[in-house]
Amino acid sequence: MSKIGVFVCHCGENISATVDCAKVAETAGNYDGVAFSVDYKYMCSDPGQNLIKSAIKEKGLTGVVVASCSPRMHEPTFRKACAEAGLNPFMCEMANLREHCSWVHEKGEATTEKAIDLVRILVEKVKYNHSLNEIKVPVTKTALVIGGGIAGIQASLDIANTGHKVILIEKDPSIGGHMSQLSETFPTLDCSQCILTPRMVEVAQHPNITLYTYAELESLEGFIGNFKAKIRRKSKSIDEKLCTGCGQCTTKCPVKKIPSEFNEGLGKRTAIYVPFPQAVPNKPVIDRINCTYYIKGKCKVCEIVCPTKAIRFDQEDQIMEVEVGAIVIATGFTVKQPDFFPEYGYGKYPDVITGLQFERLASASGPTLGEIRRPSDDKVPEKIVFLACAGSRDPAKGIPYCSKICCMYIAKHAMLYQHKVHGGKSYVFYMDIRAGGKQYEEFVRRAIEDDGVNYVRGRVSRIYEKNGKLIVNGVDTLLNAMPVEIEADMVVLATAGIANEGAEELAQKLHISYDPYKFFAEAHPKLKPVETNTAGIFLAGACQAPRDIPESVAMASGAAVKVAGLFSQDELTREPIIAVVNRQAPPVYSSCVGCFLCVSACPYQAIEKEEIKNRNGELIKLIAKVNPGLCQGCGTCVAFCRTKSIDIQGYTHEQMYTEVMALLNEY
Amino acid sequence: MAEFEPKIVAFVCNWCTYAGADLTGTSRIKYASNVRIIRFPCTGRIDYMLLLKAFDEGADGIIVSGCHPNDCHYTSGNFHARRRWIMFRSLCDFTGINTERIKFSWVSAAEGAKWAAIVNATVTSIRELGPYTEYKKVAKYPEKEVTHG
Repeated sequence: MSKIGVFVCHCGENISATVDCAKVAETAGNYDGVAFSVDYKYMCSDPGQNLIKSAIKEKGLTGVVVASCSPRMHEPTFRKACAEAGLNPFMCEMANLREHCSWVHEKGEATTEKAIDLVRILVEKVKYNHSLNEIKVPVTKTALVIGGGIAGIQASLDIANTGHKVILIEKDPSIGGHMSQLSETFPTLDCSQCILTPRMVEVAQHPNITLYTYAELESLEGFIGNFKAKIRRKSKSIDEKLCTGCGQCTTKCPVKKIPSEFNEGLGKRTAIYVPFPQAVPNKPVIDRINCTYYIKGKCKVCEIVCPTKAIRFDQEDQIMEVEVGAIVIATGFTVKQPDFFPEYGYGKYPDVITGLQFERLASASGPTLGEIRRPSDDKVPEKIVFLACAGSRDPAKGIPYCSKICCMYIAKHAMLYQHKVHGGKSYVFYMDIRAGGKQYEEFVRRAIEDDGVNYVRGRVSRIYEKNGKLIVNGVDTLLNAMPVEIEADMVVLATAGIANEGAEELAQKLHISYDPYKFFAEAHPKLKPVETNTAGIFLAGACQAPRDIPESVAMASGAAVKVAGLFSQDELTREPIIAVVNRQAPPVYSSCVGCFLCVSACPYQAIEKEEIKNRNGELIKLIAKVNPGLCQGCGTCVAFCRTKSIDIQGYTHEQMYTEVMALLNEY
Repeated sequence: MAEFEPKIVAFVCNWCTYAGADLTGTSRIKYASNVRIIRFPCTGRIDYMLLLKAFDEGADGIIVSGCHPNDCHYTSGNFHARRRWIMFRSLCDFTGINTERIKFSWVSAAEGAKWAAIVNATVTSIRELGPYTEYKKVAKYPEKEVTHG
């Protein structure tokens, strides 16, 4: 016979204002199997918890129902209290009288009646609860960081510095990400490369970091502490051990006119190339799409000139399997291609460029060595127009959000232009100036007041070419929507930051969720910004939303701490809310008939086939078996099972049917 | 005669709709008190025999609600629930169970107001339909009378 204790909480007046708590406790006290029932002002307070603990000890309770707030709020609190009093924590259930009853209904009999029902169904459920033990799983103390931009670099270094191993993979030939492309950084105007490249080198030299560039995640299996990742190391067509990075091959390669990705198409590169001079690792890769040998079957100039014989034309992609305990995703973002805007003429007019292209023009290592020259004729533009919000904050274009970094980098661009082109005139068309951040507003004011950048509040409707000039048709909304026409030499579009191509597939490989714009979703927008809904997988940087450098770095360090915290334990404990297949005495063994529908239903590949053998080792039957490490406890298999042989602990058939019956029988 | 108060059972998932209903509470949005929520880990766990059991026990209406497509905490449980619902619905139509009495919906953890609206709409529509006494005929219970208290 069960001995159940019912503890009805007033939650101050949050529950008792609309629910007659004394009546709830009194009614529950009359139910079969209820040995103790009481109401109290604050059940979660210390005296409240002591009330539960002493009742468990004195009355020898076998189950506890706490009728108070949502279990999402205080279930851990009350389960812990039960455990402290010697009752298995999973013998404690909560009835949600606050969020689901007192807060949403008016005071009255019907509300009290509902509260009584909610308590009753859990009293009946808890009779069928079983003592469960937490599952312990080991932790592999190696982290996988995906993406070698500033966020990935910071996360890798921080984790590595706590003494744990890190595997960093980057899809491009070099780490560095978007930050390596930038000229100067706001709000201090220090050179991006100067602050980034030492970190890149540190990553390459760190004894705890294994770096794989030109590598991508192929697939992921497993769960927190025990992931198995397959990594595709794309063929670089060189032997990295032999290559010294001397650069003979890149100077001699005859294919020299490939638009450089690093220079955003403004510069050229060869088919065997190092993306930029400070690349880490500073060893070339062969771009097989453009290499003459792969197109025509002959050339091999690089092989001939290579002094260490490091070229490998027949090298194939390698698939490597690694075991890791945690994953940090730092895959970053991309910018919207502005051919999205036919009215601005990007792609049609060579002098309409993107913000990232302007970064390359302004960069000392860029195609113009830092001089602002327009791509069409190399002339220094005398008048330049910057368009903020090219795509951002435009629901009609599908990007209603603010890309966040553009206001600041436009101010920086205009400032750099004014510093480099004396007497030049710059205009910025903006919707609002969003300069929230330390020293950000001051930076924008400096651009306007000290450097004389003309800020025009309004949008641009059209850009067209006339007599070699780009005519920018806009409007000044601070001057009563007066039309503005500027004859510019160059136009820079601050295109929206968007999720990477392939973000969706990566999210599916990792079993994490993403928002409508394909940015990866955090577990909680405020309190869990670096966690994902999948335990053991964390987010850093602009893969979660547009982020600037300080934020990306802060997020990366946050994710690194989460990983280090995880690695500080040798074993993880998990809730035992998992599925189990029943086992019976021979000759039945289990009611499972081995149809394995559950295997196809399981989203986690947690169900395996188990052979049942007799004493002589002969196979008797094949049944399903749940891997407790992989099972996440969704219960999809339970609803699938034809013979009701698989059940989920904490939400068993018995419990759920009992709840339905208890609810309606005394309704 | 007092207005008929339907008995509504809600089968909801823990991660989206249960949390959404919590948000309705924290936002203090009022709704009809006819609904009783039963918590499941995921809509994928919901064995639709439970719905029949609920009707059998005297429920007048049922709400099944979980995470929006693609938002399932367990990746795909809600898709299984949806697929099963489509099959179950045609089975209901075939056997003569009134599918208007089952409301299938998605309510995310951020949609507190939507939860209240769904409950109110369901209560209104079930109130119009009246007590579900026909189920006993469909299920061929010969004698037992269903009483409402």
